[in-house]
Amino acid sequence: MDAATQSLISDAVNNQPQSTVTVLSSLLAVEDAIGYIPKEAVEAVATRMDATVNDVWAVATFYPNFRFDPPMEHRIEVCWGPSCHVMGADRIIAAAQDALSLPDEGDTPDGKATLRYNTCLGACAHAPVMAIDHHLAGRVTPESAREKIAAALQSAPSH
Amino acid sequence: MTTSSTTADFDSILAEAERRWQALTNGDRPWVRIGTGLAGEAAGGFEVVSAVKSALQANDVAANVSEVGTLGLCFAEPLLDVQTPGGPRVFYQRVTPQIAEIIVSEHIVAGRPVPRYAIGYLGQPSAAPDGIPDLNDHPMLAQQQRIALRNAGHIDPSDLYQYIANGGYAALSQALTAMTPDEARQEVLTSGLRGRGGAAFPAGVKWGFLAGNPDPNKYILCNCEEGDPGAFNDRGILESDPATVVEGITIAGYACNANRGYIFIRHGHNQPIDRTRAVIEQAYELGLLGQNILGSDFSFDVEVALTGDSYVSGEETALMEAIEGKRSMPRYRPPFPAQVGVFGKPSNINNVKTLAYVPEIIARGGEWFSGIGTQPDPDNRINGSSGTAILCLSGDITYPGLIEVPLGMTFRQVLFDMAGGVPNGKTMKLLQTGGPLGGVLSASDANLDLVLDFDVFRAAGAILGSGGIIVCDEDTCAVDLTRNLIAFCQYESCGKCFPCRMGMSHLLEILERISNLEGTEEDLALMRSIGENMQAGSLCGHGQLGFNPVSSALRYFGDEFEAHIRDKRHTGDCPEQVFSPKLTRR
Repeated sequence: MDAATQSLISDAVNNQPQSTVTVLSSLLAVEDAIGYIPKEAVEAVATRMDATVNDVWAVATFYPNFRFDPPMEHRIEVCWGPSCHVMGADRIIAAAQDALSLPDEGDTPDGKATLRYNTCLGACAHAPVMAIDHHLAGRVTPESAREKIAAALQSAPSH
Repeated sequence: MTTSSTTADFDSILAEAERRWQALTNGDRPWVRIGTGLAGEAAGGFEVVSAVKSALQANDVAANVSEVGTLGLCFAEPLLDVQTPGGPRVFYQRVTPQIAEIIVSEHIVAGRPVPRYAIGYLGQPSAAPDGIPDLNDHPMLAQQQRIALRNAGHIDPSDLYQYIANGGYAALSQALTAMTPDEARQEVLTSGLRGRGGAAFPAGVKWGFLAGNPDPNKYILCNCEEGDPGAFNDRGILESDPATVVEGITIAGYACNANRGYIFIRHGHNQPIDRTRAVIEQAYELGLLGQNILGSDFSFDVEVALTGDSYVSGEETALMEAIEGKRSMPRYRPPFPAQVGVFGKPSNINNVKTLAYVPEIIARGGEWFSGIGTQPDPDNRINGSSGTAILCLSGDITYPGLIEVPLGMTFRQVLFDMAGGVPNGKTMKLLQTGGPLGGVLSASDANLDLVLDFDVFRAAGAILGSGGIIVCDEDTCAVDLTRNLIAFCQYESCGKCFPCRMGMSHLLEILERISNLEGTEEDLALMRSIGENMQAGSLCGHGQLGFNPVSSALRYFGDEFEAHIRDKRHTGDCPEQVFSPKLTRR
């Protein structure tokens, strides 16, 4: 791990603005800072929280927010919760899989994008909803989903 | 209690707030408000903000531009609200960056409102712009009674002064100067306010459990871990008017002699998080939080705590685990949270909506609140539901959005008179209420005549609960929707209790089989048996209520299950490929 990433992790873990600092809050801070939880971060959180590495892994593996290898350049999320399902989420998921040549959730082999399914992105009145690099888009159609993904892949990496 | 200095302090804060509000609404420059809550964002609200700012700059016009939450008219987002000095507010709907440029040059620069993009105006009828209707006459707004949503869409949610200028913090000031903690709690008891998180337990009674505990360190927790798909009212309140919740939790702290509060929000929902944090910070600066609030001897701290993506975090003991930074799995009870809660201290958990009502209840009195809603009817085991319902409408509905209506209205009034029914000439078939665990209702005449009341809904086999209502038209297959609901519940099971963990997986397997027309006659009995075990053997509502989607679907749409199993026939617009997430978290 390079020194810059190491220092980002250390900053994130040791300079949290809120007064209640926990294993979870520390992991979320690292995720916000570098987009994933490397084993060095697990160790940093364990040290900061006076917890075991095991305790930290237990929390990190529970929440699907966390990934454990470096993030792809872009993150595409599609909601499949009931509101979006009723409004045709399955067609959006199929379009996203097709646009990214992925059979399911996961990372593209070229390191460009991650496809994630989400159980609720929070804009149910605009279902079906997707998020491109954490930016919500509502009332998407298979065509507009393809266009948005293509535009994202052409744009600068999101982090 | 130092009564005199409390009043003086609040009066000077209020005077400053009113001065700023006057300058905004009656000053020398226009005020432009743009909805950028989650619904506004999804509709392109941030692009409209940028377009408005650059158009103002290009035209060399000075104007105040604010990002606001949601007025609840989500179907009309992005909503652009223009108020010229002394004039009415004109609301433009479904604004694009191009339309925003036109509105800036025609309305703001040339002073001519643009009826072709407007949905309505708010203001004096004498100042009504030509060709633009009164927004309050819109069916979505006409029958609303906005208490918790009173400021939503009207004020800048990140500016505490705007909240104060609109009546905010009068209740806390009043409670601290003129009421003992017991009197404040009594007001909430009188109001009949029932918890809006799902269980509908009387809030004043729940506060009493905590108030009676002599421990010097006690916590009030506010739950915005709203994973319920179809329910966005908690986030809607926090992104539109977080200060009412911050004031509400502070009053709850006073009434329960608690000294610390947490507002618990899912990581990644940035508008609710950022806006809540902004008003908390200002409340500290103005002495409305922290040591000796408004000069009284009451001290209270509030902070935002974040959770990871986990639906079960919304369960009250799992929520405490998450605040402590652990895996959010429910705890055994007893001990109950009022004895041993977060960090081992006595705690009380309230939903966002519950706390959002509290300032108005204190300011206007419990009697006032209890006069709204339904009255008790002991013969039919109706306890009475006071106040309003904050409902989120999504799915196949003409006007999806967020509304607040008095309890006691019927489903039919809400879905047809207000929300315009199902679009495209189709018929309403099914209603999914109260989150995935709430189950489904058929859109029969009997169900549409159901009165919005916690106990009436329970008797009908549904939950009013969190207030999410997903409307489905005739194309929706009840079996497919049930499969989707169980897929959600399976994915979100925390895994602690095996009847839930394995039961959900097993139910999903069976429902996938039935959806693929491969189900057998035995499958229905097998599902019932699994459901009974889940109910008996799970620690929290996720497993206990987890069979609701199937049992309610069988109750209302048993013939569709029969059609899939016996006649090998689809009933509705089932997807060609059965989708379920294959990667689960554990």
